[in-house]
Amino acid sequence: MIRQELKKLVVYGFFLAILLIPMLGFRTTTFEPGRAFKTLGVFMAVLVLNFVVKIVRSRKKKDVGAQKPPLTERIGERINRFPRIYTLGGLLAAAAIFPMFADNYMIDVGITCLIYVCLGLGLNIVVGLCGLLDLGYIAFYAVGAYTYSLLNLTYGVSFWAALPLGVVLGMVVGCIIGYPTLKMRGDYLAIVTMGFGEIVRLVLNNWDSLTAGPNGLFGMKRPALYYPSFAEDGFGWAAYYLKSLPALYYCILAIAILTIFAVRRLDNSRIGRAWIAIREDEVAAELSGVPTTWVKLLAYALGAAFASVAGAFFAAKLSYINPNFFLFMESCIVLCIVVLGGVGSIPGIIVAAFVLIAAPEVFRGLQNYRMLAFGGIMTTMMIIKPEGLIPASRRRRELHEGNQLTPKD
Amino acid sequence: MTNPQPILELSDVHTYYGNIHALKGISCSIPKGDIACLIGANGAGKSTTLMTIFGVQRASQGEIKFKGQPIEKLRPEKVAALGVSQTPEGRQIFPRMSTHENLEMGAFLRKDKSEIEKDMAWVFSLFPILKDRMRQLGGTLSGGEQQMLAIGRALMSRPELLLLDEPSLGLAPKMVEKIFQTILEINKSGVTIFLVEQNAHMALTISGTGYVMETGRIVLTDKASALLKNERVKKAYLGE
Repeated sequence: MIRQELKKLVVYGFFLAILLIPMLGFRTTTFEPGRAFKTLGVFMAVLVLNFVVKIVRSRKKKDVGAQKPPLTERIGERINRFPRIYTLGGLLAAAAIFPMFADNYMIDVGITCLIYVCLGLGLNIVVGLCGLLDLGYIAFYAVGAYTYSLLNLTYGVSFWAALPLGVVLGMVVGCIIGYPTLKMRGDYLAIVTMGFGEIVRLVLNNWDSLTAGPNGLFGMKRPALYYPSFAEDGFGWAAYYLKSLPALYYCILAIAILTIFAVRRLDNSRIGRAWIAIREDEVAAELSGVPTTWVKLLAYALGAAFASVAGAFFAAKLSYINPNFFLFMESCIVLCIVVLGGVGSIPGIIVAAFVLIAAPEVFRGLQNYRMLAFGGIMTTMMIIKPEGLIPASRRRRELHEGNQLTPKD
Repeated sequence: MTNPQPILELSDVHTYYGNIHALKGISCSIPKGDIACLIGANGAGKSTTLMTIFGVQRASQGEIKFKGQPIEKLRPEKVAALGVSQTPEGRQIFPRMSTHENLEMGAFLRKDKSEIEKDMAWVFSLFPILKDRMRQLGGTLSGGEQQMLAIGRALMSRPELLLLDEPSLGLAPKMVEKIFQTILEINKSGVTIFLVEQNAHMALTISGTGYVMETGRIVLTDKASALLKNERVKKAYLGE
């Protein structure tokens, strides 16, 4: 055990040295191995710590005999034992009073997190439930954003009226990309969807007369609340525009909660089961009488609908959009949220959205090393918890129980 | 033979995979209540025949009739709704669903809950081991159990015609015997069975009618008992 771990330590150290010394050591004029070694030292310290923890743990294991379940699972069990309504109520209350304690910067990060919660949950339908790897998901976000912006700027359509139109358009675009890819699977599907995402962005970038190209669109109205007013000219509706950050925060919070409810319902529905069946085995699903064509198109359309809503809100919040908000990188981040959270797991995705969006902000203090730390965390997570932060019960069974049950025959 | 109306009738069915002419004019008819088997070597087009009947592969030419109704243009879910059910080759169950969920998926098109419960109980009486494995994930079952689950799932739609694609594939001889016994039992309950098999001996023993397939064509049709004695079949498929 100890020898094995020591060996690992040496190999890791060597690997890191190869990686870091050329990267950090060479400057254009001088060779400064000191810098590299400093960083290497930090990494090695972490690895040594890990080594010590493992050794100590293995000692303990021998003493106790029985293995304790990992910490996250124990926490999960605690939470499960706690009455659900209190947990949910507590979380909701925390989310509700958050803007009262947070400064504008934190609220802004919170809003971004909630937008990504919506995106993650929407992509979860396509990737997590239906098993279709979509790398161009951000295109639907762009469709929602541009639909609202253009409707609002050209015709003065209000946010809430534009929302259903954006959803419909998002679903149509979802079906347009979905239809030609119906027969594709895996890598091919990923490449085609990625291409589609880029096509949408390039169209937005180059269709100057409609989208103003790279200059982007600006001046969209914020979402508004309407209340009856009895001003000079009698009864009418007055609009209260949600301009302040806390107001926008509550707006996206409401949208996110609605999304969570909708996705939960879908997850437990007949359609949800059909999606999972397709993910598991498409031929078998077809033979069980699942109309695979329609069910897959529906997954694309509904996933696109949620992204479209998030996109419309994004455009309304910022009052400015341009095609560079919808880069391939964004699709990747949303996919990371789904995978990191635990494919198919709603609470996991919510947590992951907060972790992934907030983490780069937290690491701002690290300056240039911000993304390095971010990447490091992602990699470590995938190694130690491949099933995600809060795995869906199905995945957890697959990855852990599966090892214990050896098939006979 | 004084056949009643056949439950399934294929006449001159052609199927292509791209440019490959996989079925070159298949004709056969399966009497209601019978067990019919289609035997042949690898790549003869046996599985393609089943996939074409079910509408997963589209027939480019020819007619397929189920209870007198043409079904060659129907999508798979419509064929399933008419009362045809199929187990895919190689025990394609849903690996990350429990046994119970797998069986539920078999009843996907049905809404009569109490009847579904009854059929589930029937499947458990046919395959008692599945009841013990109810909460276990499909992918963790043994090969034989997976095959049982695939057949059980196909029965959950309460089919009139059950298409079985190589139920003996990769199973231990003892398990094969058990599966074939159950197939007989299912047939006795009134389900017509169309069986595709490489294990010609077993298949012909339990079948009423037999078809022999070679490179996309049916080359021999006879009573299964007669085929068992046929010199050509003996030589090519029974290894005698």
